[in-house]
Amino acid sequence: MSDHHANGSAPATSERLSLMNYAPPIVLGVALTFLSSWLGLVLAPLVQIGDQGPIPTLEGGLDQYPNPSVGRLELGRQVYIENGCLYCHSQQIRPEPFGADIARGWGPRRTTPTDYIYDKPHLLGTSRTGPDLTNIGARQPSAEWHHRHLYWPPSTSPGSIMPSFRFLYETRKIVGEPSDRRIVDFEGVPEHLQPPPGYQIVPSEKATALVAYLISLDRTQDLPVAGAPTP
Amino acid sequence: MSLTVSPPGRSGPAPASERAAASRTEFQDEQRLRAARRTAAIDASTRLPVLVYFASALFWLIMGSVLAILASIKLHAPWFFDEASWLTFGRVRPAHLNTMAYGWASMGSVATALWLTARLTRAPLAYPRLVAGSAILWNLGLLAGAIGILTGSSTSVEWLELPPWSAPPIAAAFVIVSVSAFVTFARRTEKHVYVSLWYILAAVLWFPWLYTAANLMMFSQPVSGVPLATLNWWYAHNALGLWFTPVGLAAAYYLIPKVIGRPIYSYALSVIGFWSLALFYNWNGGHHLIGGPVPAWLVTVSIVASVSMIIPVIAVAINHHMTMTSHFSVLKRSPTLRFVVFAAVAYTLTSLQGSMEALREVNRITHFTHYTIGHAHLGLYGFVTMMLFGTMYYAVPRLTGREWASATAARLHFWTCALGVVLYVGALSIGGWIQGMMLNDAETPFMKIVETTIPYLQARSVAAGLMTTGHVIFLGLFIMNLTGFGPRRQGPLTWDERADSAHRGHQLTRPSSSSMSLKETRV
Repeated sequence: MSDHHANGSAPATSERLSLMNYAPPIVLGVALTFLSSWLGLVLAPLVQIGDQGPIPTLEGGLDQYPNPSVGRLELGRQVYIENGCLYCHSQQIRPEPFGADIARGWGPRRTTPTDYIYDKPHLLGTSRTGPDLTNIGARQPSAEWHHRHLYWPPSTSPGSIMPSFRFLYETRKIVGEPSDRRIVDFEGVPEHLQPPPGYQIVPSEKATALVAYLISLDRTQDLPVAGAPTP
Repeated sequence: MSLTVSPPGRSGPAPASERAAASRTEFQDEQRLRAARRTAAIDASTRLPVLVYFASALFWLIMGSVLAILASIKLHAPWFFDEASWLTFGRVRPAHLNTMAYGWASMGSVATALWLTARLTRAPLAYPRLVAGSAILWNLGLLAGAIGILTGSSTSVEWLELPPWSAPPIAAAFVIVSVSAFVTFARRTEKHVYVSLWYILAAVLWFPWLYTAANLMMFSQPVSGVPLATLNWWYAHNALGLWFTPVGLAAAYYLIPKVIGRPIYSYALSVIGFWSLALFYNWNGGHHLIGGPVPAWLVTVSIVASVSMIIPVIAVAINHHMTMTSHFSVLKRSPTLRFVVFAAVAYTLTSLQGSMEALREVNRITHFTHYTIGHAHLGLYGFVTMMLFGTMYYAVPRLTGREWASATAARLHFWTCALGVVLYVGALSIGGWIQGMMLNDAETPFMKIVETTIPYLQARSVAAGLMTTGHVIFLGLFIMNLTGFGPRRQGPLTWDERADSAHRGHQLTRPSSSSMSLKETRV
């Protein structure tokens, strides 16, 4: 091992004394620093806000907020998850003046941990390539609008770069009466994506569920903690 | 500077001048030859697993690049391949991230870490066949996971999108890798533990622990809502800070002194840099949730930790820069050094940028915008990816016994990737900043913002094309190297004609003149 200290100095003694030449201090040190952050960033929040429950919204606790997504809503949430909606749409409202979320009309108040107690996985999101969807149901309650939008986004939102989700829709031959769930208005949809005569565009079960879920997104409920001041 | 040290290995430190080389005795040559043989034997023990992991990494790099181009184009031309559910943006994007993070960057980092461990401990790698086998497990797990994401089984938790059947095989493979690294370390014959080894020891302990803990808590524990979000970002930021970063820094600490033949500037700075990173980096995750519905203390603690990252970053930057001082001319002829120095500079820049982005006033603008994506690529591409390329340029010929087939191709690889990432980060930083300013002005209609960002997103697609071109060129070089094209290794590939011709006719293990071994050391 004669060749690695030959840099014109004589470091051998001090280096051998260095704790950094032994595994136990290094391994112990890095294990402890790592554990500390787990306690701080994972366990502490779990203890602090992990056991929150819904709040009663009617006298006598007959109604509550929030409500878990069940049935079709839960299926819709899964469709939202499997198609990665959260890569462009957030679901969180920041307090004024931290951003313009409230001024843009995306919500009447900041969101709090209570709003998300049933969200597994959480869908807070980190990107706003598209608008925030925290309260999209309150903002846009029309199922017809959502279907047209999902089928061909520029038809309702000119200039949109949202992909078409027409793979969630079926082109079906009209047998007897046309379905009452079919897309009726095709204004702004390119000709070749409109149904040929005798056919109709009908949302699949997944599309119906997704729209139901989107319409259910409404966190405008007043909460006692909504006034919390810091971002 | 009595404590400066250089990485142990075949070459040892080089004399500072040609004069010193000329006065070298036969005895020193003999010693050098023996050291070279010993290192070659240690390299040989890592050949199979390291090449298998590098080859797997490159496969995923190409897959990830295809997904990247698709995802990038879709953001300014949403009609592009929009008929099929499995090609929708929201699936292609996480598939890109996961193949790049767990395929390319992680498997490349495993190869780098194991190769360095064997070299620096001067011990043959433990369980080489088992480690090579673990790559099969890893690849199958990741392939199943990537297909899962594309077919709709993503968890939608960023950085942890791989479905439940995909994470366990990857974690198991990683445990094998860690055990191999620790056992090799325990069998070390080199008493001095070089700075790169600290980082590797830490990384191979941190990552399997982190990955397992995060997946277990997510899949089996009742963690939901905001606590799941803090777990999410504790994990995701630590994947960068406690896995890719330490391995990348380990490679830089090894390769810079190795290539220029000069010890690291300061031992004390190495120690400061290492421990301050260990202390601060793992607390950074909360800065992804600034302004969000999380406890304010958590965000504040993360901001403090993020700003404190300036300490390890500056310590490492000074250390690397002072080591390089007056040796920058080597960048002209060493592909390894050019990639590594580019990566080291990108590390400094992306880290300082990250500290700034964590400040509330800056985050108010950059959060939720493409700016963040640009920042992430400065880190994972400018730093991690370029560092892996640099490492491969150095390590692969020493494992295969073949030099790279074409210096021109290597040059083209460097420039397409370097220009690509500069364009990428430049476009998204400017576009993202403008996007953030507009988002914060409630009077600006949303569609106006979308319209404004489109040219920057188009520039990003051009950048993706450039980088992918570089990846394909490098894949070609790698395949040629493995299949026996290219000259037998007599000296390293350089971009210096004279140095090239000086090497011809010499054998690796039998340097016939001291100037030959000097070149070996330096390049």
